[in-house]
Amino acid sequence: MSTTALWLTIVAIGIGTFVLRLSFIGLSDRMALPVAMTRALRFVPAAVLSAIILPAALRMPEGGVDPSLDNPRLIACLVAAGIAWMTKSVLATLAVGMGTLWLLQALL
Amino acid sequence: MKPAIGDYIDGLRAMLPLLPGAVPFGMIAGAVAAEAKFGAAAGIGQSVLIYAGASQLAATQLVADAAPALIIVLTGLVINLRFAMYSASLAPHFAGLTLRRRALLAYLMTDQSYALTVSRYGADGTADAATKARFYLGGGIAMWIVWLGATAAGFMLGSRVPPSWSLDFFVPLSFLALLVPGIRDRATATAAATGAIIAVVATGLAFNLGLFVAAACGIAAGYLAETWRKKKEDAR
Repeated sequence: MSTTALWLTIVAIGIGTFVLRLSFIGLSDRMALPVAMTRALRFVPAAVLSAIILPAALRMPEGGVDPSLDNPRLIACLVAAGIAWMTKSVLATLAVGMGTLWLLQALL
Repeated sequence: MKPAIGDYIDGLRAMLPLLPGAVPFGMIAGAVAAEAKFGAAAGIGQSVLIYAGASQLAATQLVADAAPALIIVLTGLVINLRFAMYSASLAPHFAGLTLRRRALLAYLMTDQSYALTVSRYGADGTADAATKARFYLGGGIAMWIVWLGATAAGFMLGSRVPPSWSLDFFVPLSFLALLVPGIRDRATATAAATGAIIAVVATGLAFNLGLFVAAACGIAAGYLAETWRKKKEDAR
């Protein structure tokens, strides 16, 4: 790809991404969201974050997905989820989750 | 009344634990761009122009594979479709601010800045838009600086972090820490479980559509679960 084409590609993705980000925030003074949409939006964090987490938790270091239950990443995620549930602390979740993964990788 | 600077600092403090996860990810994005023979300006500049890690990585990979430009742009944008969902979710919080302010907030939108702001103010109807914007910016600006620094370092030095350290695991862990406290009832749990399972099943979808499809299914599942529960209660 030529330098010009590369820049055009990057700028196109950049503008499109900004439009996606601005979309509803930009229109917020001109339109109120329908009630059904407001109700649906309550589920955005849970649905999107979990959809990012699980594939990343099952991903193997060398690529590909390992859905087996003895996948150290999956176990570490489950332990970390328990800590997040009990403590609601981001730091504690990160520390215990990372610690569990390193421990399992050293042992297995 | 608390001075305005306090809101920025609150936002920065909430973001601090999430910043280390962006470092290895940003370094990989920079290193991959260097390997794909991007010039320094394009390799680091994409972090300013696009400012979205997964999208930058996918686009860079496709450039390296000599994919058609249209496919690259489409893939880069589909991964970012979730930002429109975040935008809709944040819109009521930021209503009434100037367009310039809202454009800045939109530009700095990340998974982290979105999740932090919603988990902090989602149920709190008392905070005004300006306060929420300052909280969002305090963390958002810090994330922008870290991301830019990490991609620049990755571009120049290569990714010096050995994969065996599994530092990429910081990313799903930090999202997990934001996700779990937000699951307050059966409907949000249904949304989370559906989103997670569909995302794994749909991993192979073209243009990386899997994430968006999974998120949409999760939202629909949560909505339906809530509707059914209400109907049951009304029937009683």
